[in-house]
Amino acid sequence: MVREERNIFKNIDWITVGIYLLLVLFGWMNIYAAVFNEQHDSIFDLSQRYGKQMIWILVSILLALIILMTEPKVFNAFAFFIYGLSILSLFLVLFIGKEVSGSKSWIDLGGFDLQPSEFAKIAVNLAIARHLSSLNIRMEDLRTRITTFFLIGLPVILILLQDDTGSALVFTAFIIVLYREGLSGNVLIIGGLVIILFILALMVDKWIIIAFLALIALIWFSQIRKNRRDIVSLLGLFLLVAGFVYSVDFAFHHVLDVHHKERINVLIGKEVDLKGAGYNVNQSKIAIGSGRIIGKGFLQGTQTKYNFVPEQSTDFIFCTIGEEWGFIGSVLTIALFIILFIRILNIAERQRSAFSRIYGYGVASVFFFHFLVNIGMTIGLAPVIGIPLPFISYGGSSLFAFTIMLFIFIRMDANRLQLL
Amino acid sequence: MQKALNKRKYVISMIFIIAGVIFVLRLFWLQIVDRSYYFSANNNVLRHITQYPARGLIYDRGGELLVYNEATYDLMVIPRQARNFDTLELCGLIGIDYETFRERMKKIREYSLYRPSVFEKQISKEAYGFLEEKLYKFPGFYVQPRTLRKYVRPIAAHTMGYVGEVSPRICEVNPYYKPGDYIGISGIEKSYEEALRGIKGSRIIMVDVFNRDQGSFQDGKYDTIAVMGKNLYASLDMKLQEYGELLMTNKRGSVVAIEPESGEILALVTSPGYDPNLLVGRVRSYNYNILAKDSLKPLFNRALQAQYPPGSTFKLVHALIGLEEGVLNLQTRYGCAMGYSSGPIHVGCHAHAGPLDLIQSIAQSCNAYYCNVFRTILDNRSLPNQAAGYAKWREMTCSLGFGSAFDSDIPNLVSGFIPKNEYFDNIYGKNRWRFLTIVSLSIGQGEILTTPLQLANLAATIANRGYYCTPHIIRAVGKQDDRQEKFQQKHSIPISRRHFETVVEGMYQVVEAGTAHYYKMDSIPICGKTGTAQNPHGKDHSIFIAFAPKDNPKIAISVIVENAGFGATWAAPIAFLMIEKYLMKEIKRKDVETRMIEGNLLSN
Ligand SMILES: [Zn+2]
Repeated sequence: MVREERNIFKNIDWITVGIYLLLVLFGWMNIYAAVFNEQHDSIFDLSQRYGKQMIWILVSILLALIILMTEPKVFNAFAFFIYGLSILSLFLVLFIGKEVSGSKSWIDLGGFDLQPSEFAKIAVNLAIARHLSSLNIRMEDLRTRITTFFLIGLPVILILLQDDTGSALVFTAFIIVLYREGLSGNVLIIGGLVIILFILALMVDKWIIIAFLALIALIWFSQIRKNRRDIVSLLGLFLLVAGFVYSVDFAFHHVLDVHHKERINVLIGKEVDLKGAGYNVNQSKIAIGSGRIIGKGFLQGTQTKYNFVPEQSTDFIFCTIGEEWGFIGSVLTIALFIILFIRILNIAERQRSAFSRIYGYGVASVFFFHFLVNIGMTIGLAPVIGIPLPFISYGGSSLFAFTIMLFIFIRMDANRLQLL
Repeated sequence: MQKALNKRKYVISMIFIIAGVIFVLRLFWLQIVDRSYYFSANNNVLRHITQYPARGLIYDRGGELLVYNEATYDLMVIPRQARNFDTLELCGLIGIDYETFRERMKKIREYSLYRPSVFEKQISKEAYGFLEEKLYKFPGFYVQPRTLRKYVRPIAAHTMGYVGEVSPRICEVNPYYKPGDYIGISGIEKSYEEALRGIKGSRIIMVDVFNRDQGSFQDGKYDTIAVMGKNLYASLDMKLQEYGELLMTNKRGSVVAIEPESGEILALVTSPGYDPNLLVGRVRSYNYNILAKDSLKPLFNRALQAQYPPGSTFKLVHALIGLEEGVLNLQTRYGCAMGYSSGPIHVGCHAHAGPLDLIQSIAQSCNAYYCNVFRTILDNRSLPNQAAGYAKWREMTCSLGFGSAFDSDIPNLVSGFIPKNEYFDNIYGKNRWRFLTIVSLSIGQGEILTTPLQLANLAATIANRGYYCTPHIIRAVGKQDDRQEKFQQKHSIPISRRHFETVVEGMYQVVEAGTAHYYKMDSIPICGKTGTAQNPHGKDHSIFIAFAPKDNPKIAISVIVENAGFGATWAAPIAFLMIEKYLMKEIKRKDVETRMIEGNLLSN
């Protein structure tokens, strides 16, 4: 046993662990700065968020140690079992969950609020890895795709039922994993085009877009051989795209409620409403922008300290970084994340087992999605979707989930040489 | 297949890196290129709070407080931050309706979204008490302490002047003032504005999102302390001023009392007047309009701005000039046949014994005598012609303070009028006018105009036997004993002292045995001169100038009671009472006092 343990610690990827610790500690500092109040100026004060976060960090490190000492075969063997448990907890939360700011996604465990959706990401990741690493599974098969999308779709539906759109959206990150495992690259391109068209449909009058599409179709038509099959498919494509634009427009004006419409309008710059939906983003941009090059210094941020930025210790924690650490601190933080993501990809690619590789890609993709949407939101590039910044944001559930997710992968990697 | 797929790592890595680069570029824009976020952040947390210094207080010559300050509060708003609050609750607290609220907010927003504007002026202490507790509910609103002027007694309104909101024009010219600031608009408040206002201070504090004070910005590094305005020590004697106003009840006119030796104004009474407290604060413009429409013109400062022909009081000027020019001496006698006649011209006189010498001519105020005196002045043989004689006379008259406004500390003084030669040249043609053309000047009528202040100064000059100090209202600024330098200067009159002594004797006889002997007091030797200003619009104005005691005089005075007829009937007894009040502190002749106070001449 002793020998094996030493082996593990020798084989784990210390760069990843190092970045993890840096981010967690930097997050803790920024939570301290964001909710700093002079009556409780000790960072260890357990009545304050920074004191609590310290506990979560200690627990997380404990969890990491436990995972590192676990036999990695367990994750493979219990992947579907864990998935099943997760689905069960997502069901349960619909009945016994407590509602926090509009989402019924929390289970009260006596003092600690557990958010099953955070852990569902791990379960789904394990399940997909297990499923796609099975023998005789090929991404090209329609059946494989359907079963995979089902594995992802089931928890997404359950989370959507909790009214937690943000957490549900995170699961779209797994498209990256599927792409790596053989899903056509067109999926990414078409996905990108759909998003662009979607935004255009909201910003520009639908008839202008449809007229523009018709023009492209005509030019295209003049270039192709005029056989019936091509004409029919071109016409079909045109109708499909025009129909999409039309239905987006229709959905926006007739299906979405005012609240959502506002948020979307603010995001695409159609509306400058600094009082309503745009207020948070505007204050967030002010806080970050006012940090200038080197920032105002630790605990010197006024925008976050005096509560001009909402949710400053959770979803808008990046404001504190931007304000107090400036451009330099922000860029370093971003760089640290990107290095972590690419490190994970590199580790994933060196895995001999498909299970570990797929799982690794899942980890990177989920982290990346959180990173992309969270920071994008604070600097006005993404819609206001309340999801935490990994390792930095305040919160036990999310920190535990991110830690477990990462360390399972580190544990798998540490074992890569033994597993053949 | 697997080999091709592991290349996808690079595509995915690129996506990650591109996202990172986009974020960095965006941050570069937000944090380095676009400075507006930096200013917005300051706007969020920094509040520049103007510290208004207390305006200087004003004391009378005895050290008694005349004007002080009272605290009041302005409700300020920064429209950009005023959001998410219960509008109706706020309306209820300050007692306005929703429509008013909306209109005000609209105007304020048009002015500036970011700068503080006054939302409600001068909230009373009681209303402020309620508001203060609930202010946290209204982000963007805060309270600015201000002060209002208060007057201990309802006297000397014209002299004090008033304070009001600064006009946009002044704000443009003078950067010290910001819209909503107060400034002295008239009277002492205006002429001593710079001393009284002090120096505004500024404090920068930080506030949180609920607009709660979070302490000084950078430990007050950029704060400046407000410096209180300087106190003014007026030369006014509050009791004398008050008594003068009492005597002038229900009369139109003015009383000006000066300490001859120093030129310090002891009392400056204009009647009808008003309570200075009427022109303070929110009620100011309302009351101002009422006063402005009043047919008795209470806003008109008669003591300083009304111009009257000086009547017989001007005979003193003729006597002084005649003596100095040597065309007149103590023994000069002229007969009087109920006036002065020359060809078609006749200037009437009253019945008196004759012929009179100089002293008696002053005592009896003989018109014929002064027609002769004025004629001899114009005919002065040492001068080429009457025009030159007139020019010389005018020059000496002006040296006594007539024909121009004093360079004093009271704003809006008027100059009166002593016509120049050119004036008559224009009317009659050059060399086409002579003594008989302007004979009415001999008795202080005709074109000559003087102000009550100038007449009081004449009395002071004679009392001083040949000099005056510019009449002024503020003895010291800042420190009680620091007399203002510029008013110490003595203006000497180019007429020898013994001629003044002669005129003083004449004025003494006016009261002892002459035109004003009826109200003569035994206790104080008073020198005076009656006058009557002809009034083409109604009954003549009663004028009296005097000083007392005869030797080492302490008070010089001019009294004008409009439409009161002969100078001896109203103006003289009022002057006597003022002198008695000032020198003896109490009035012995209660019957005279009562008759004067109760006399109502407004209907004349
Ligand atoms: Zn006569």
